[in-house]
Amino acid sequence: MSERKRVTIPIRVEPGTDLPAAERTAVLEAVNQNRALEGSLLPILHAIQDRLGWIPPRTLPLIAYELNLTRAEVHGVVTFYHYFRQHPPGKQVIYLCRAEACQAVGAVSLEAHAKRALGIDFHGTSGDGRYTLEPVYCLGNCASGPSLMIDRELYGRMTPERFDDLIAADAAGATSAAATSAGATRA
Amino acid sequence: MSATVYIPREATALSLGAQSVARALAEEAARRQDAVQIVRTGSRGLFWLEPMLEVATSAARVAYGPVQAADVAGLFEAGFLTGGKHRLNLGPVESIPYLKNQERLTCGRLGVIDPVNLDDYRAHGGYAGLTNALAMEPAAIVKAVTDSGLRGRGGAAFPTGIKWKTVHDAPGAKKYIVCNADEGDSGTFSDRLLMEGDPFCLIEGMTIAGLAVGATSGYVYLRCEYPHAQDTMTQAIATAYAAGYLGADVLGSGRAFELQLRMGAGAYICGEETSLLESLEGRRGQIRFKPPLPALKGLFGCPTVVNNVISFASVPIILERGAQFYKDYGMGRSRGSLPIQLAGNIARGGLVERAFGVTLRELLYDYGGGTRSGRPIRAVQVGGPLGAYWPESKFDTPVDYEAFAGGGGMLGHGGIVVFDDTVDMAAQARYAMEFCAIESCGKCTPCRIGSTRGVEVIDRLVAGDRTAMQQTLLRDLCDTMLNGSLCALGGLTPYPVLSALDYFPEDFSTPAALQAAKR
Ligand SMILES: Cc1cc2nc3c(=O)[nH]c(=O)nc-3n(C[C@H](O)[C@H](O)[C@H](O)COP(=O)(O)O)c2cc1C
Ligand code: SF4
Ligand code: FES
Repeated sequence: MSERKRVTIPIRVEPGTDLPAAERTAVLEAVNQNRALEGSLLPILHAIQDRLGWIPPRTLPLIAYELNLTRAEVHGVVTFYHYFRQHPPGKQVIYLCRAEACQAVGAVSLEAHAKRALGIDFHGTSGDGRYTLEPVYCLGNCASGPSLMIDRELYGRMTPERFDDLIAADAAGATSAAATSAGATRA
Repeated sequence: MSATVYIPREATALSLGAQSVARALAEEAARRQDAVQIVRTGSRGLFWLEPMLEVATSAARVAYGPVQAADVAGLFEAGFLTGGKHRLNLGPVESIPYLKNQERLTCGRLGVIDPVNLDDYRAHGGYAGLTNALAMEPAAIVKAVTDSGLRGRGGAAFPTGIKWKTVHDAPGAKKYIVCNADEGDSGTFSDRLLMEGDPFCLIEGMTIAGLAVGATSGYVYLRCEYPHAQDTMTQAIATAYAAGYLGADVLGSGRAFELQLRMGAGAYICGEETSLLESLEGRRGQIRFKPPLPALKGLFGCPTVVNNVISFASVPIILERGAQFYKDYGMGRSRGSLPIQLAGNIARGGLVERAFGVTLRELLYDYGGGTRSGRPIRAVQVGGPLGAYWPESKFDTPVDYEAFAGGGGMLGHGGIVVFDDTVDMAAQARYAMEFCAIESCGKCTPCRIGSTRGVEVIDRLVAGDRTAMQQTLLRDLCDTMLNGSLCALGGLTPYPVLSALDYFPEDFSTPAALQAAKR
């Protein structure tokens, strides 16, 4: 039997070379920091979203390439989980609880109010790019609802009036300190 | 003399202003040049009193609440550092009837200790269970858990000891311990309170499980809606490693137990154990067919114990005090105690840990004090979004797995959501279907398609469009979902829907529907 000579054909260049630098760095660092973990894909996706605020669809080929997965697999995972975003969010994401215990104390009218006040529906981002509104199914604050979370800050016994105050205070910059500390504690 | 003040760092207390209170307290103490040591704790779970602070006096810890930042100066004026009189003074915290009349076997340290201080944990009995377990044969640990009668607190109430025995007996070089901290049910927060208030207790329980079944590796799968629990758990795990309670050589025993925290990503279905395992492996959280059981082929195909946070957290006391001690609490086949959560429209919401046997009525009125709105209670939903809606006539049911199942309900993770008489039960039924549609993993048709059809049928029913036919259709659909779904999401969604229809039929007949019925 004769040895066949192996020829390597570069059928695929490394994807992601045309990504914006911030996205490419975010992906590569997330991958390198978590690659050794068993079942590393979710930690990697979290790390990317923590850094960029979303998971740009154009990064999927690079993530897949780095993990030796197919693009379809990565796409399947990103789209399965409600938390992973494929669109850039506003400066702050407001997670509004829609679940039963909050419904029992007025979440439905709070939801209507929030949508009206921000001029957006769920998953939308306000015209000024400040807020994205997301539904969430329980924040574990069910004895003190209605509840919402902005970044990592939880608010209880929310009313339409308090919601307006919160937005007004934020517009005045009062919660910017909270927002920075929230970003800093993200593990 | 320096005074010690305890203020929660727990999420509900924070959501009601605990951070500003802590800040105001530190500032006011500095201004007055009072030596005050502030200890951040978990919450006792008396939420209508949060933010509640406690002051250590020579006699007892005296509570004040609910405190807002603006009250702080007045508290100093009133001499609260020595337990002084003030309109917010609640007396010795342990004498508050809500707390005094509880049996806190699992949650005894909540709000008492600094959750990330290992010395504090040990000073309150922490790691006594592990110390005992290290001196026991694995099979003896499993037997103690079996004998205690502990059943899974995540919902299915499967005997924990039997699950552990299966994993113990399963061949395999590598085994895993997985903690289900996905706590997705609305109306539940006991897992969160435990992780934020006593994280070492969970770590200890999982370590004991590892010793019992021969697993050296563990994961806590935590939902990403719980950032505060994430912070506490992260700190506690690092501390436990540094002190030798986790790692290659647990307390010099020569036995290893490694523990990692993993975050979910907002999928209710990932609370189901096989879906959770898929997620941990880095995939879509789709349900696996059973068999094989996770106990035999679980994480990465290895034998795996999957238990709820409260299940694991109940193990240390069983190993510390003995199986019989735990088993002496409870009724029937429900042994020990359950951390019950009072939620929704309730005047005194919070955590009530009682031995099984306490009735729904006692919980709703004696503890809960009726609704927050002051209106009559019309319905309660026990057991999360898949639990039945019950009317007043069921309130004498005792908290007991079999009694609830016998009444067509489910105790689940022990969450009770209260609704007053303004609730629209047709809207609740519709929401149950909608929730199922949003959270379905998509693997089987009755759930994936049925839930969407369910929303449509309820809409037509409420609109008065051929109501008799829609009712038949809805019941038929529920029957298909109940019997044809692969897992309990599709399989139990009919419970809230049908119970709403059966117990509150009047809500499904709007004026339009009544008119249509007359025609
Ligand atoms: C749709 C669905 C959601 C579930 N969510 C949770 C959950 O959030 N937490 C939990 O501990 N168990 C949950 N379970 C139950 C788990 O599948 C499993 O029974 C449990 O984690 C086993 O632990 P235990 O025996 O200690 O209760 C869920 C089950 C289903 C069908
Ligand atoms: S019942 Fe729903 S969640 Fe469960 S396997 Fe079927 S589609 Fe998935
Ligand atoms: S239901 Fe809204 S926080 Fe739990």
